[in-house]
Amino acid sequence: MSITQTAIEADPKLPIIWITREFAATAGQLFRAHTDPVLFAQWVGPDAAATQIEHWDARTGGSWRYTGRIGDTEFAFHGCFHEVRLDRIVQTFTYEGEPDGVVLETLWFEDLGGGRARLRLQSLVDSFESRDAWLASGMETGVNDGYAKLQRMVDDGAV
Amino acid sequence: MAADTLTRTFSALADPTRRDIVARLADGDATVGQLAEPYRMTLQAVYKHLQVLEHAGLVSRPRGPQPRRVRLEAEVLAQTEIWIERYRRRAEERYRRLDALLATMSHTDEKDAADDVNYTDGHRG
Repeated sequence: MSITQTAIEADPKLPIIWITREFAATAGQLFRAHTDPVLFAQWVGPDAAATQIEHWDARTGGSWRYTGRIGDTEFAFHGCFHEVRLDRIVQTFTYEGEPDGVVLETLWFEDLGGGRARLRLQSLVDSFESRDAWLASGMETGVNDGYAKLQRMVDDGAV
Repeated sequence: MAADTLTRTFSALADPTRRDIVARLADGDATVGQLAEPYRMTLQAVYKHLQVLEHAGLVSRPRGPQPRRVRLEAEVLAQTEIWIERYRRRAEERYRRLDALLATMSHTDEKDAADDVNYTDGHRG
């Protein structure tokens, strides 16, 4: 079974990024991996042990907060679950390093049959500047700063 | 500023005619007259589109024999592509971790997911 790589598209007219990815799983399993905090923590960040779920209420009207750690730098994120259904999640995402910024994310989980499912993620950023800064930084979570710091530590021989 | 450049690039490419011009210039340099040929618009309108593309650094009109030829500045496009590709790679890394996790999950998990949603409905009502 071939792996379908992540496809990404940046809309030129709207500050939107689309991500599409297929998985060898059911839509229900994808939903679980996005709503169960224990499961979510295992894949969202580069280091599962460093991902700390501080608060998690994956219901319509609920909210979430988690932190990640790279080296000695901690990154915190929070948002609201605006709508949680088996086939879709609508949620907000804020990197607390930029507390005024907010991304509106819609995730769709679609069964393709044969034990495969498609995830579609639409991220609407609040301005082109933020969207482009996201892209330029290479990551929506700002963790790139952490990588840069880690790289400096490696370069300095501290790691 | 790198992000500003990217903003200009995206907004310059927001227009279908300008995207078409860029696509055609990818095949080779062309004069403004040649570029204008397939469009139902005045030469003036085509010049305006080219100005936007020039401002975004996507095309240039290097000095040379008249009529000057329009050239695609591939570097600017490449920079945009590099950023998007880097972003895509990060997402792919994350989803490979999700692949590994999903492989360990049993299909009975779906029942629990359905229960969660029922709970959501109860919460809402």
